Amino acid sequence: MAQIGYTKKVMEHFMNPRNVGVIENPDGYGQVGNPVCGDLMEIFITVKEDKIDDIKFRTFGCGSAIAVSSMVTEMAKGKTLDEAMLITRKDVADELGGLPPQKMHCSNLGADALHAAIKNYWVKIGKIKPEEAKEESHEGEEGESCGT
Amino acid sequence: MCGFNLDYQSASPLDPRVAEFAERFLSSDFGNPSALHSRGLAAKAALEEARAKVAELINAESPESIVFTAGVTEANNLAVRGAALRSAAKGKKLLASLIEHISVLNPMKDLKKGGFDLTLVPVDRMGIIDLAALEGLLSKETVLTSVMYANSEIGTIQPIKEVSDLVHEKGQFLHVDGAAAAGKIPIDVQNDGIDLLTLSSNDLYGPQGAGALYVRPGVRIQPVLFGGGQEKGQRPGTENLYALAGFGEAARLVKLEKAEESQRLQAIRDGLIKEILKIEESYLTGHPTKRLPHHASFRFSRIEGESILLTMDAMFNIQVSTGSACSSRTLEPSHVLLAIGLRHEQAHGSMIMTLGRQNNPDQIAAIVHATKKTVERLRALSPL
Repeated sequence: MAQIGYTKKVMEHFMNPRNVGVIENPDGYGQVGNPVCGDLMEIFITVKEDKIDDIKFRTFGCGSAIAVSSMVTEMAKGKTLDEAMLITRKDVADELGGLPPQKMHCSNLGADALHAAIKNYWVKIGKIKPEEAKEESHEGEEGESCGT
Repeated sequence: MCGFNLDYQSASPLDPRVAEFAERFLSSDFGNPSALHSRGLAAKAALEEARAKVAELINAESPESIVFTAGVTEANNLAVRGAALRSAAKGKKLLASLIEHISVLNPMKDLKKGGFDLTLVPVDRMGIIDLAALEGLLSKETVLTSVMYANSEIGTIQPIKEVSDLVHEKGQFLHVDGAAAAGKIPIDVQNDGIDLLTLSSNDLYGPQGAGALYVRPGVRIQPVLFGGGQEKGQRPGTENLYALAGFGEAARLVKLEKAEESQRLQAIRDGLIKEILKIEESYLTGHPTKRLPHHASFRFSRIEGESILLTMDAMFNIQVSTGSACSSRTLEPSHVLLAIGLRHEQAHGSMIMTLGRQNNPDQIAAIVHATKKTVERLRALSPL
């Protein structure tokens, strides 16, 4: 039978999101999405010994956008920055037991926000140049606008 | 745990009296109204009784002006395609308000492939059609104008009499989608000057899968489906006797009870609007007074409607609706919310409550509490 609605895991993260909030003076900060499209995510990280020591998020968006944000923070916490950079949108969706097809692009921005926060940190410490930190495409892998 | 349905416009429960009335047409009194034996004749008599009851709800000239269909989408398609194609010799211009249901807009857009010209008439910020714009657009070539009686997303009731006067003065035929309004406010097709009117069974607490198109005597439409000669050839196919008999009985009961029930629901609705608008940065969508009596619709800044719907459901077992893009299959915000001038980010925060028979004034406090908690929860998560 085709999946109906969100998985239990998505609903569980949506209703009890992990790592919600703001970190004052974070080591890295990433923001992706656009309120016009219905999804905006921000991720704050602190880094200790090249690992993600603390991570928080805030998200404006639908059920999957909030669940994805929660899940990606849980997946990233404690990982080295290089490991965290390898977390993909698909990994996050898989970890949530899948997302409805139409939500795969528009609301699945958690990995992008995480990568943006890590690159922001790398720019601060001089590991990469600002132009190398250019955010990944916001609205979808094929550059579609607002998922349409 | 509360547990209230506030999404009656999506689906309504079958009236138990209707269930009891119509059940026999599935079991003991089943029959095909086209058959000439006694079982068929009895079925035909039941069908015609249902037709008369539906006709009476809207003060139609005669039962013969009611064409039964399998629902609203089919009735709207039949009205649009049936009237436009039948009258194409007179002209190929179509008008519709910007906030019509997609089952009106999409068949109209499809007709453009056949050379029809479609213009959408704007509405104001409350959702009321711009009558001056309508007047300016109408001409004798405008074979069909479609303006809904009331909108299901924002509750706004249109000045149908004024619309029909303009259409009949300057254009040809007026189709009115009455699915959301029928049974909630009085509809009188003769007094209102309506040529074609769409009705829904389930919105009257009748069975799902039944609808009707009223066709004013003298107005000609051509069929959309082709088959046998049922419904005078206007909608072929063996009639769904159970659903249509139930539809008729539901229409009869609603006609008797709607004035009192609408007053009861309006009191609950007014209580909800008053309390919910106390939430910071909350706004009513649609018209404050020219509004369906069971309808309350809002938008909240900085949060998204699908999240509102899911939180209300999962935390409070309260079912609401939304016009947010994120809840739709197309991921487009509701065309209705954009038409009343909302920006995309504003339309995303939509929440729609439609009340019905199982709601009562004792639920107001719990619904308001749930809404406040939901908005608080999502705003705490939001970076905006």
